[in-house]
Amino acid sequence: MASPQPRIGVVTYPGSQDDRDALWALAALDAEAVPVWHEEHELPALDAVVLPGGFSYGDYLRCGAIARFSPATAAVCAFAERGGLVLGICNGFQVLCEAGLLPGALLRNESLRFVCRDVPLRVERADTPFTTRCEPGQTLVIPVKHGDGRYMPPPDLDPAQIVLRYRDNPNGSVDDIAGVCSESGNVLGLMPHPEHAVDPLLGSADGGLILASLVEAARERALASV
Amino acid sequence: MRATVLVRPKQGILDPQGEAVERALEHLGFAVSGARVGKVVDLEVAGDDETAAREQVQKMCEQLLANPLIESYEIELHG
Repeated sequence: MASPQPRIGVVTYPGSQDDRDALWALAALDAEAVPVWHEEHELPALDAVVLPGGFSYGDYLRCGAIARFSPATAAVCAFAERGGLVLGICNGFQVLCEAGLLPGALLRNESLRFVCRDVPLRVERADTPFTTRCEPGQTLVIPVKHGDGRYMPPPDLDPAQIVLRYRDNPNGSVDDIAGVCSESGNVLGLMPHPEHAVDPLLGSADGGLILASLVEAARERALASV
Repeated sequence: MRATVLVRPKQGILDPQGEAVERALEHLGFAVSGARVGKVVDLEVAGDDETAAREQVQKMCEQLLANPLIESYEIELHG
């Protein structure tokens, strides 16, 4: 029997920018990529959700602070609380922190400059649903592009929740943290953009390892629910 | 009732904006230290009971206006 195509939603907020790239990358990795509009109170049947990069609601007040109140975010929170897989990229990471699905907060870059470049990352954990295609300690080259990416963990962050670290810290993040997961491991947020690094023609395909891990984990869930 | 909310980066949180402002002020010849940059939210709260208004604004701060992990806040009410 052919394995089913997992359905992965990508939420579009007013001001999202990378939703289309995320949809494209997921489809290229053999998922059924499903656009989800921010006004939707209920998610369609999905095996995973991605919150994309951009500047949701203009990033007014604080990045992600207003997007937290959109109906789709509430639906994503409920999905995550049921154990659903949620990946937040850049602004999506900021939204997940503001919504309380992930610990910590993202502050203005230490340099006060917008950084846009490829950065090397170290995989700290290869046993999350988002990193199974990686090796522990592996270096991934994935671009960042943000002005507010300085991660501030809560004082009680469990080090086991740190999934990715910068090898060359671009924003002053505490402890070089680039990506963290929830305690239960079904939610990941990261500042780098894996959806921009899925084709060697664009400099790196390392982001594909993260997204392919997610697609695989979503496929397993799709199979389990058949 | 009018309220002013002052939101500041918490003590101990690195504030590069404050540092940049401080350097600029030093450049102008001012002897300054400890510059921190926060934000101000002015708003009008319905009703004129001060205790009730303060309670409302406090809730606004907790739920939206400040992120308790990184920011502290102060509420001023103007009758």
